[in-house]
Amino acid sequence: MAEPRRNLWARFLALPNESLTKTLGVAFLVALVSATTVSFTAIALKPRQQAQLDAAREEQLAGMIAALPGLANILRETGAESLQQVVVDLDSGAIDPDIAAADYDFIAAQSDAALSIALPPEADIAGIGRRPNLAPVYLMRNADGLALVVLPVYGQGYQSTIRAYLALEGDLDTIAGLSIYEQGDTPGLGARIAEPEWQALWAGKSLTDAGGAIAIKVVAGAEGPNEVDAITGATYSSGGVGNLVRFWVGPMGYGPFLARLKAGEF
Amino acid sequence: MSNPRLRTLTAPLIDENPITLQILGICSALAVTTSLATALTMSLALIAVLAGSSTAISLIRHHLPASIRLVVQITIIASLVIVADQFLRAFAFEMSQRLSIFVGLIVTNCVVLGRAESFALRNPVGASLLDAIGNGLGYSLILMLVALIREPLGSGSLFGWQVLPLASEGGWFQPLGFMLLAPSAFVLIGLLIWIIRSLRPEQVEADDYPILSSDSGEAGR
Repeated sequence: MAEPRRNLWARFLALPNESLTKTLGVAFLVALVSATTVSFTAIALKPRQQAQLDAAREEQLAGMIAALPGLANILRETGAESLQQVVVDLDSGAIDPDIAAADYDFIAAQSDAALSIALPPEADIAGIGRRPNLAPVYLMRNADGLALVVLPVYGQGYQSTIRAYLALEGDLDTIAGLSIYEQGDTPGLGARIAEPEWQALWAGKSLTDAGGAIAIKVVAGAEGPNEVDAITGATYSSGGVGNLVRFWVGPMGYGPFLARLKAGEF
Repeated sequence: MSNPRLRTLTAPLIDENPITLQILGICSALAVTTSLATALTMSLALIAVLAGSSTAISLIRHHLPASIRLVVQITIIASLVIVADQFLRAFAFEMSQRLSIFVGLIVTNCVVLGRAESFALRNPVGASLLDAIGNGLGYSLILMLVALIREPLGSGSLFGWQVLPLASEGGWFQPLGFMLLAPSAFVLIGLLIWIIRSLRPEQVEADDYPILSSDSGEAGR
C-alpha cells in the first residue's frame, strides 16, 4: 500500500510547476497545512488566553472597587461577601434567579444570535450591532441599603471594542467610577482613554439632568454635572466611551433594571 | 567579511538594512516604538515570523507554481502571524494588549514578503534562514534605536523604569508629547537614514528625475 502512494507523491512532485494539477495541489496542500497549524495553535492556547482575560478582568474590577472613594469603609463594615453578583434580563429589567452569574458567559453571548438581539441602527448608539438578552450586574449593599452598582459595559471605539465597568452610587444616578479594562485604539491617541486621569473625570458626574432624562455625554470643554471633557486628539475614542455609557444606562441597556432597582424591587 | 554565510547574516544590519536602505516596514516602526518593551516584543515577533516564513517558502521553492506564488507566500506568512499573535495573547497578555493590532499587521509588513520574494524563493533553506534572521535583526536594531530615543524623551522612562523624574510628579523633566506621536518616528528614522548615508555614501541612490537647470539646453537627455 505504501509503495503506490509514494509513487503518487513522487509523480505529483515531478509534475511541471505550471500544470493545473500541480497548481491546484500545491494551493490545496499549503492551505491545508496553514489552516491546521492555525487551528491547532488557536485551540491549544485558548484556555490559557481565556485565563489571562479573566484574570485581567477580575484585577480590573478589584482595582476599581478598591480605588472608589469611601468603598474601603463599606467593605470593612459589611465584609467583602456583600458583593452580590446577579444576572439581569435587560428587556424586562428583572433578575434571572435561575442563572448563576459565575456560569454566565457575557462575552460569548454578545455574538451568539440565540442569546442576543439585533439592535435597530437608531438605537445602537454604542455601535455594537447586537445586544445580549442577559447581562451580569454587581451589587454592593451596606447598612443603609444599596451602596454601589457595577455594570459591565462595552461599545465601539475608533478601531476596537472598548470594554469597561461603570460603577453607580446608591442613588443610581451619580457615577462612582468608570474603569476601562480592554481597548485597542491607537496607542498615544485614542488609547489615552485608558489613562486613569481621564477615567477619574467620570466620578461624581450625573447620568440624568434635572428633568430625569439621560444627559451624560463627552464634549470638548465640559461644563456642569452631566458633561465629561473629551481628550484632545482622541475625540472619537472618548466620544465612543460617552456613547457606550449613554447606551448602557438607557432603555436598551440597563435602564429597565435600574428603574426597578430604584423603585426598591430587589 | 570573507565568510559568505556570515555576510548573509550581517549585511542587513546596516549595509542592507530593510528600514533605512530599503525603506520597508516603516508603518510598524512608527507605531510600536513609543516604548522599548513594545518595540522589543514586536521585534521578536517579526523575527519569529520572518524566520518561519523564509524557511517554509525556501523549502517548497522548487514546487511553487508562478501563477499562485504570491498567494501561497501570503497564506504562509498570515498563518505564522496568527500563530505568533495567539502565543503573545496566551503568554504575554498585557503586551499583546499594548501592541493591539500591530502584531496582526506583520502580514502587511513589506520586510517579510520582501525577503520571501527576493531571497527565500531562490536560495537554499540554510541561507534563507540566515537572511531572515539577519533582516529581522536589522529591523529590530532600528526599532530599538528609535524606541531608545522616543521612550525617554516622550515619557522619561527606559523599559518602563522612570529614569527622568516627571514634572507632573514633582521632578524637573517635562516630557515631549511629540515623541509619543507617529510623526516623531518619521523624523528620527529620517535622521538615522541621513547619518547612515553620510557615513556610507554608496547607499545614496541616484536621482531618478534630476532637476534640469534652464540653461543646460539638453532636455530629454
